[in-house]
Amino acid sequence: MKNTKETLLQVKNLEVTYHTRLGAVSAVADVSFDVYRGEILGLVGESGCGKSTMGKALMRLISPPGEISGGQIILNGDDILNYNEDQMRDIRGRRVSMIFQDPMTSLNPVQRIDQHGIEAIEVHEPKTKLDQALERVTKLFERLGIQKRRLTDYPHQLSGGMRQRVMIGLGLALNADLIIADEASTSLDVIVEAKLADQLREIRDEFGVTLIVITHNIALVAELADRIAVMYAGRMVELGEVHEVFDNPLHPYTQGLLASVPNIELNEREELYKMSGEPPNLTHPPTGCRFHPRCPKAMDICSRYQPSFQEVSPGRFVHCWLYQDHPEKDSPTIKVAA
Amino acid sequence: MNDQTKSNNNSDILVKVENIKKWYPVQTTFLDQIFTQQRDFVRAVDGVSFTIKRGEAFGLAGESGSGKSTIGRLTLGLEQLTEGRAIFDGIDYSTLSVEENRKLRRRMQVIFQDPMASLNPRMSIGAAITQPLHIHYPEKASEHRDMVLSIMDKVGLTPPLFFYNKFPHQVSGGQRQRIVIARALVTQPELVLADEPIAMADVSVRAQLLDLMVQLKKEFNLTYLFITHDLATAKYICDRIGVLYLGRMAEVGPLREVYANPLHPYTQALMAAVPKPNPHKRRTHPMPEGEIPNPINPPSGCRFHPRCPIAKEECSRVEPELRELRPEHAVACHFADQFVK
Repeated sequence: MKNTKETLLQVKNLEVTYHTRLGAVSAVADVSFDVYRGEILGLVGESGCGKSTMGKALMRLISPPGEISGGQIILNGDDILNYNEDQMRDIRGRRVSMIFQDPMTSLNPVQRIDQHGIEAIEVHEPKTKLDQALERVTKLFERLGIQKRRLTDYPHQLSGGMRQRVMIGLGLALNADLIIADEASTSLDVIVEAKLADQLREIRDEFGVTLIVITHNIALVAELADRIAVMYAGRMVELGEVHEVFDNPLHPYTQGLLASVPNIELNEREELYKMSGEPPNLTHPPTGCRFHPRCPKAMDICSRYQPSFQEVSPGRFVHCWLYQDHPEKDSPTIKVAA
Repeated sequence: MNDQTKSNNNSDILVKVENIKKWYPVQTTFLDQIFTQQRDFVRAVDGVSFTIKRGEAFGLAGESGSGKSTIGRLTLGLEQLTEGRAIFDGIDYSTLSVEENRKLRRRMQVIFQDPMASLNPRMSIGAAITQPLHIHYPEKASEHRDMVLSIMDKVGLTPPLFFYNKFPHQVSGGQRQRIVIARALVTQPELVLADEPIAMADVSVRAQLLDLMVQLKKEFNLTYLFITHDLATAKYICDRIGVLYLGRMAEVGPLREVYANPLHPYTQALMAAVPKPNPHKRRTHPMPEGEIPNPINPPSGCRFHPRCPIAKEECSRVEPELRELRPEHAVACHFADQFVK
């Protein structure tokens, strides 16, 4: 992944709107980014920032009253927003698959584990023989640490960590290129979560699969991801290589967010940064930059115009007026060293 | 009635639990009950002792199923003990009548994880915070409103009059947790059980709430029993910490001492598993095998032995007791001496 960056997925100016009784909520607003083949992209933000909506939008799983109201999602050169339902069914599972927070709601409680895998293969590859499908499933699950004898168990007989591994296995069963893990480790205990993180990294290395890890756990992204994308109030505010962003966060929101993450190490960050306020209600988002009411560095221009999501150094994008020029801006633009 | 519920004891120790156990019977069918001799129990808490000093924040950490929430409820006398003694300010709950217990309870309060689940959606914020005063101090009815407005101001629900007549659904998640904190503190308790109080809050709000809890502790000279699964958060509030594994205390000691020199292999694994917000310090240690076992049939001997990297034959036979290996820092492991720095 390091040198030859092949773009797997391109998101361009994506907009997702929910039409609610209280008016239109723009849950994802003008978001653009690329995903490279074989990388782990961590997508972080607080509740309501649009990160899960974004994950669902990438598989076109937004259902009414929500809709994808604009933009493009280009997977391997094709805009999937133009696909019909049959084509989408082929994409879901076979090309892109998703792991959710609670595996119990994703797994069928009256279906055995091996049947879940076989069903997925049968639906997408109807020519596969049953014994071949079973063999593939068995091999794959064994690789993920689920013994053969457990394959005839029902979901409730497995532990939380095992269920989540079954979900990963189902994602891999059809050799999907891209797996979107939406808070996949959130309900797990720390040790199990750490093991799941190890496993995600291993399957990336072994199967070359691309992962988008959606989480509110910023420390987990530091542990796991190659690149990090930060969302706030429906907008992507910063994107970059994970070491660069943690070492030198550019957007004031990223700066505050990273400084408020607890660190277990003694003599490291003994005081947490206390960001003022709370995320806004998206039926009436703040004008201009949506972060300006909470921003310690807000300028006049921030409440009036929305900054663009600009590349400030190679591979580093930020959505902030501090780093952009504008005729009406009254303070100097900060230059970012490459 | 001799009033046992007033403070009758000037010692430093506010809470003391001795070898407490809580076993829940496993539900079985009627026929099973007739034909099987032995009943199964979930040993949620199986012999735990600790003390909490006045003005201290004591943390209980552990994974799900470790018994931390049950211990919290037992410590406040909210559940019957299967065995052992729970003592608050020198008073053993089991010696009190129901009425005396109720009176004692005004000196302690609870903050739960999910504010939406602990607030009545049809009760205004002002009414919700007044409720404990109605119950515990009905004789002071004329002062209630002032007490409520003053505590609302202290927890950051400002201006209090703006929030007083609003309902929980009209305010943000962070503000809801502030309501729950205000409701817990309005009766001026001495002991506050905080059971994952900020686990639901977002990162940016979490730091505000943690800071608030630290401030309030100082201002009202509170004693906290802080229950959490998040060791990183505990660092910012707790003075001492106990690490639980499957209903037993694995390690207990001053927080900074335990974090600097974790002695139990389980504590070591738990601390290594916590992700660090620094990509330069990624974890390289492998994690222990398996998951927390079933508390109905816990492993023999040391409960951690099937997953323990340093387990020896003895560990599966002899259950280790807590031993103090450094001042105030005790560990339940036969072979922990090698880790003492």
